[in-house]
Amino acid sequence: MSELKMEKKHFLSGDEAVAYAVKLCKPDVIAAYPITPQTVIVEKISEFVAAKEMDCQYLHVESEHSAMAASMGASLMGSRTFTATSSQGLLYMCEMLHYVSGSRFPIVMVNANRTVAAPWNIYGDHRDSLSQRDSGWIQIYVENAQEALDATIQAYKIAENSCVSLPVMVNLDGFVLTHTYELVDIPNQEMVDEFLPSFTTTNKLDFNNPKSLCFSASPEWQTEFRYQQYEAMEAAKKIINKADEEFGKIFGRYYGGMIEEYRCADADYALVAMGSVAGTTRLVVDKLREEGKKVGLVKLRSYRPFPKEYFQKLGRRVKAVGVIDRDISFGYEGAVYSDVKGALFHPGAQVKTINFIAGLSGRDITKEYLTEMYQKLEAIDKGQNIAEVQFTGLRWT
Amino acid sequence: MKPKVVREYKFPQTKEEMPFGPGSEAGVLIDVNSGWRTLMPIIDYGKCNKCLICWIFCPDGVISKENPQLEIDYDYCKGCGICAYECPKKAIAMVKEGEKVE
Repeated sequence: MSELKMEKKHFLSGDEAVAYAVKLCKPDVIAAYPITPQTVIVEKISEFVAAKEMDCQYLHVESEHSAMAASMGASLMGSRTFTATSSQGLLYMCEMLHYVSGSRFPIVMVNANRTVAAPWNIYGDHRDSLSQRDSGWIQIYVENAQEALDATIQAYKIAENSCVSLPVMVNLDGFVLTHTYELVDIPNQEMVDEFLPSFTTTNKLDFNNPKSLCFSASPEWQTEFRYQQYEAMEAAKKIINKADEEFGKIFGRYYGGMIEEYRCADADYALVAMGSVAGTTRLVVDKLREEGKKVGLVKLRSYRPFPKEYFQKLGRRVKAVGVIDRDISFGYEGAVYSDVKGALFHPGAQVKTINFIAGLSGRDITKEYLTEMYQKLEAIDKGQNIAEVQFTGLRWT
Repeated sequence: MKPKVVREYKFPQTKEEMPFGPGSEAGVLIDVNSGWRTLMPIIDYGKCNKCLICWIFCPDGVISKENPQLEIDYDYCKGCGICAYECPKKAIAMVKEGEKVE
């Protein structure tokens, strides 16, 4: 990190870090509706607006559905737009999520991951955002408050790229990230301006060039529009990696784009994790490496688009892969596991796999649990029969 | 009053001609809507006194008052029947599409 960068360290929660990122991105319109554990984001932003540190329209809407509808309306006027939500709120805006992605509006939203009722609970897991897998949004998962800040800035760069023009959802774990404090670098405005130019688009309403937007498409044409979304999402794979590289050059922090590998080069056993648990897993990997175990971590940052090509290669070089899902798709297995497994078993792969359902509704994924997961990967590799879907820390079966 | 047609819509022939997402130049009418209609309104000019109630109520603005007699644009009338319902002179009949009109 160059000393010339002159970033300032602040003691911030994940939510506050996101608010600072949004401020630096200079959105024109913010639609806000509160929900725990996201509320601090829009509260902090409202303070910036009240203090005239931000020049934007701050809309108090009456629901999350309206928040996304208002964001879409703002975006179709060519505005850079931000909103944030969580859990039930995300589900309530579900209909509009599809409208936004299908109409190709590059809105950035931060979702504070929280489980969905019932049983009702405000704590973190990925059941909210994973249930919106097919909404056509890019989904990025972050590990800590610094990454939440950086990924939010990167999200605009990705979303507004003309080859992509898709909305981006940045996901940070409820409470574990949103409400815990850590030292965070807040980049200076000039550097962010250099990384993120002002938003221009032709996909907007314009008095001089009147348009109809968000129209219907008959069965004869719907497929072609869906193919456009498919292609944009495929293009986003490169853009996500490129945005991370460009970001790293300016700010000195690299996250690996879609994937970050940690001590995987010669690993026999790899755990795939999304979000904050990646941090704990690093410690466990270090500990097990000291004991001579060849273990590694694959931190999955981009869930959609999904880095299929990476896992196809991983399947040929490791012996066993475990996937931590803070989610369960009842009737099958964890959603992330299904995707990873589908890519791993590319022709030529002999890899064995286990799905660890863990961290549901804010239950801790401890170092002990993670150590146990690596032990199970080794056991299955050595021929032991282990059920494919493991509920970590389950009291009884 | 007939909707103003900026131009006839030319469907994309190549991938490059596809609009970027579901949007396009405004004022382009891709198709007339008459195919939706089951019942068509027929004005009995013997009863019509041109009070313009139907002209006001027509949700699609397809009744024109420029000529001596009111005229319905059957390309865009979708046959909702509001004009017939509102007409105080009962001068508009809703006739099943395809049935011969005297």
